[in-house]
Parts: sequence; structure tokens; C-alpha cells
Amino acid sequence: MVDTALTRPSRAQAPPPPPRARRARAGQGIAYLFLSPWIAGAALLTIGPMAASLYLSFTDYNLFDPPEWVGLDNYTTMVTGDQRFWHAAGVTTRYVLLSVPLKLGLALAVALLLNRSRRGVGLYRSAFYAPSLLGASVSVALVWRAMFSTGGTVDEALSALGLDLGGWVDQPQYALYTLVALAAWQFGAPMVIFLAGLKQVPRELHEAAAIDGAGPLRRFTAITVPMLTPVILFNLVLEVINAFQAFTGAFVVSSGRGGPSDSTLLYPLYLYQRGFTDFRMGYASAMAWVLLAVVAVITALVFRSARRWVFYAGEEGR
Amino acid sequence: MTARKVLWHGIVLAALALLLYPVVWLVGTSFKPAEEVLSTLSPLGDDPTTDNYAQVFDGVGEFGVWHYFGNSLLVSLGAVVGNVVSCALAAYAFGRLHFRGRGPMFGFMMITIMLPHHVVLIPQYVIFQQLDMVNTFWPLVLPKFLATDAFFVFLMVQFIRTLPRELDEAATLDGCGPAGVFRHVVLPLLRPALITTAIFSFIWSWNDFFSQLIYLNDAERFTLPLALQLFIDQATQSAFGPMFAMSVLALLPIGLFFLAFQRFLVEGVATSGVKG
Repeated sequence: MVDTALTRPSRAQAPPPPPRARRARAGQGIAYLFLSPWIAGAALLTIGPMAASLYLSFTDYNLFDPPEWVGLDNYTTMVTGDQRFWHAAGVTTRYVLLSVPLKLGLALAVALLLNRSRRGVGLYRSAFYAPSLLGASVSVALVWRAMFSTGGTVDEALSALGLDLGGWVDQPQYALYTLVALAAWQFGAPMVIFLAGLKQVPRELHEAAAIDGAGPLRRFTAITVPMLTPVILFNLVLEVINAFQAFTGAFVVSSGRGGPSDSTLLYPLYLYQRGFTDFRMGYASAMAWVLLAVVAVITALVFRSARRWVFYAGEEGR
Repeated sequence: MTARKVLWHGIVLAALALLLYPVVWLVGTSFKPAEEVLSTLSPLGDDPTTDNYAQVFDGVGEFGVWHYFGNSLLVSLGAVVGNVVSCALAAYAFGRLHFRGRGPMFGFMMITIMLPHHVVLIPQYVIFQQLDMVNTFWPLVLPKFLATDAFFVFLMVQFIRTLPRELDEAATLDGCGPAGVFRHVVLPLLRPALITTAIFSFIWSWNDFFSQLIYLNDAERFTLPLALQLFIDQATQSAFGPMFAMSVLALLPIGLFFLAFQRFLVEGVATSGVKG
């Protein structure tokens, strides 16, 4: 007691920090206070779980018994002993390669169509955007399932055109296209971003090129596309990352099974089955890390390739 | 109107009709009697009926549709409040305040936007299970209060950076500290970004299926997407009509939000790149 009473004043006698520094430090305290929810979230719900998930990926874990260390077993099983893993990876690759270009192509085409000042164009833009909001829902996935089933609208319409393919959702060779169509249908969000990009293309460039005798196609390839490349990059990265994580459509269309014959077994759906149906949480964690690695590598490759094809105005001389 | 303009409107309207056909078909089909549900291409049946809706209000499983509606509403409103509050606080710190570690922290936040959520999925599940929160709404709402939807933080940071700093300085001269500047200057001006955040939080949370599927397993706690999923698992051909009626009800709030805020939504996407 006596000791502390004696030591306390000596601390107070330490020279006070200069006012500026003190204010800065007080400011820092406030800053961390504002940031505290985010910091708590980042630590408890992101960084901690990431470390835990990496650890779990080297274990056998069924949620009820303590995790058991198995080293690289999950990863080697995945690569050498799990046919469904490779199958899911293949299905996902096909899904990404089909849906992303289709979606971005539609988005760009409609953006070009709507990039003019006409009466009602604002309303049209909104209307084309609507599926982007609706399409993520279970409701619309159900509509897709019904429309692409045998005797459903799409089947009937194709039959009327002489293409008797039957219901897509029942046939392994067509079922994935149901999901591709569902993804492409939601082209509204990248379309709006393309429209914003098209606004940045200076009219004078088009006018000057027209005077020099360049036709619409030439002006599109020589002016519009280069000026749009940063936006194309942005949309491409975003849509690739999203496509790798697609889940709801595949789950609803196949009632969670990924069928028929695993033809709609997207990677996240298989991960879900492994983790939450089979309770192989360690294996599912390993799958999550493989997904992260693949997405990171592809994103990095896209950004690297961007140096060759993305054009930034004002950097010509570099 | 010139011929070119007429042609243009024609093309746009035709494309729009094709695009919105599934939605029109859904609404039309929800009013078809059971025997017509899957058999006609035409969005409207020959003999419209409200039977499907009556059946849905009566109950899906043990509960009427309003029960699931209420659950979804609770979860979505929780997400809205959580995101608006926590993301605004974080965005103000990142956008205006100076502190040690700002650069790395901001960089980390940007990375989390691109991170597939599968890498944190299972440990998060274990955490909520340990806290005895599985089969409650907490796992769906609590993370929103910790600014885990980094996208909205980024959106607001971008917005705050466009606000003139002179306003902050004037408020500081009037005796405001950082909290005062936030309260009296930034927060009122941030309104458009807050509204965008609120709308998208609501819609994403309303549409969300994956986390609800994982965390909720008791029909009493089911949200609309889960109830719909339950429905199709049990549904026979004759139950398709009510299923579509329920789908329409599930899309209703999104439709209303869209009609009320379409300008906001489209501009919000254009300026910030929200994926939608």
C-alpha cells in the first residue's frame, strides 16, 4: 500500500508529452474506437477462422469428436482418391468458362444498346437490371427448375421449334446449361457498370475518328473497347470470383444432390455435402483452401495479363 | 419519331419481354389451377384462381407463410441495422482518421471482399455452435454488427473521400472532436451511401440461402427461402401451384424495394460496383 502510494506521484512527474503528439494519440484512441466493431469482426470471424480452417484441413473432424491430425491426408485423398472432387472441379470449370463470357457479353451488348439519350432509357436500364436482384433467390431458381423440366416452358418452346431435347434438368448432358442460363440472365449488374464506363468515353474521339472516315465497327474496336478495358477487367474479376462460389441455383435445381449424375455438382455444393451432410469438416476445410488457392491464382493471372490488354488513359507515354 | 428510334425502342422492348418472361410466367402461374400449372407456355392460365394463395396462407408444414415471412424480415432488418451502423463507423475511421496500421488494415479489408467465404465457414460454424447459437438468428445477424460485409465499408470510404475536408476543419474550429465531426458533418452527408447499404443489405439478406441453410434446422425458425426448399422436397405435382404462390410472396419485398428505389439501385451499382 505504502509503496504504491509512494510510486504513484513519481509516475505523474514524468514530463507530459508535447501537445501535438498527445492529440494525435487521443485521435488514435478514437480511431480504434470507431474501428472496434470491424477489428473484432476481422479477428474473431475472419483471421481466427482462417487459421482454424487451415488447421482443420489437416485433420479428421466430424464436429462432435475432437479433430484428429492426419497431415496431408485430406489433400492427397482429394487429388488421388476422390473422383467426385475432380468431377466437381470439372463441372465448375465448365460453368465458369461458359457463364462468365456469356454474362459479360450480354452485359456489354445491352449496355451499348442503352448507351444513348432517348426517352425512357433510364427506365429501360432499371428494368434490365431487375434480374440481378431477383436471380439470387430460391424463388427464381424454382422457376428455372420448372421451366427447364420435361414438359416445362423451355422444353415446349424447343419442341415447337423442332428441337426435341426433353427437359434439361433431367439430362446430364444439358442440366448444367440450366445453371449457365440462370447466371447469364443476371447480366444487369455488370451492364450497369459497363454503362458507367461508356459514359467516360469522350465523344470527341468518336467524332474525330468519324471525320477521318472510321465506320461504327472500327470506332468500336479502336476507341470504345480500349477505353473500356479497365471496366472489363473489373467486371471480369468480380464475375469470375462470384461464379466460382455459385451455390443456390445448383442446390435448388438438383434438390441439393447435384444431379442428374452429378452433372450440376458445382464445387461449393460438393463442399457443402462433404461438410454438412457427411460431417467431414476437415475434408471440407481442405476443399475450401483449394478453392481459395485456385481463385487467388486465377485472379492474379488475370491481373498480370491485364498489363497487356488494359489501357489506362493518360498512361500512353509509359 | 424517326424510323431509327422506333426500331431502337422495338428492339429494346423485345429484349426486355424475353428477359422478364420468367418473372411474368411465375406471377401468372401462381394464379393457375393445379392441372394447368406446368402445361401451358402462356403466362396466364385460362381460368385464374387464388386457390394457391389461400393454400399457402393456410400453412406449409405447420406454419402459415407469414410465419416464415416474419422470420425473414427479422433477419433482414437485423442485417440492415448491423451493416449501416458498423460499416459507417469503420468507414469513417478508414476515410478520415489517422492511426497506426491504417494502410495494412485497409488492405486486409479489401482482400476480405474477394475472399471466398468458404474458408471461414466451418470454424465460424463451430464458434456459433459452441455459443449455442445454431438454430437461432444470431449467426445470421451478429456478424453484420461487426462490419463483416467489407464491401459496404469500402463503398462508404469511397463516398467519404469525396466529401470536402473543409467541412471537417470548420467543425473542428467550432470545437468538435472526431466523434462530433462524424455525428454532425459526415453522417448527414453520408445518407445516400447509407441508403444504398441499407437497401442492398436487405435484399442480399432476404435472398441469402447458404448461411440460412446451414444455421437454421428447425422449421419454426425457417426463413422463406428454407420454407420454399422444404416445400419442393415434399411437393408432388399438385403442390406446384402453391409453391409458385409462395415464390411470388418471397419476391414481393424485393420487387417493392426495386420499384421504390430503382434509380438509387442502378446509380449505386454504377458508382460503386455493387454486384447486385
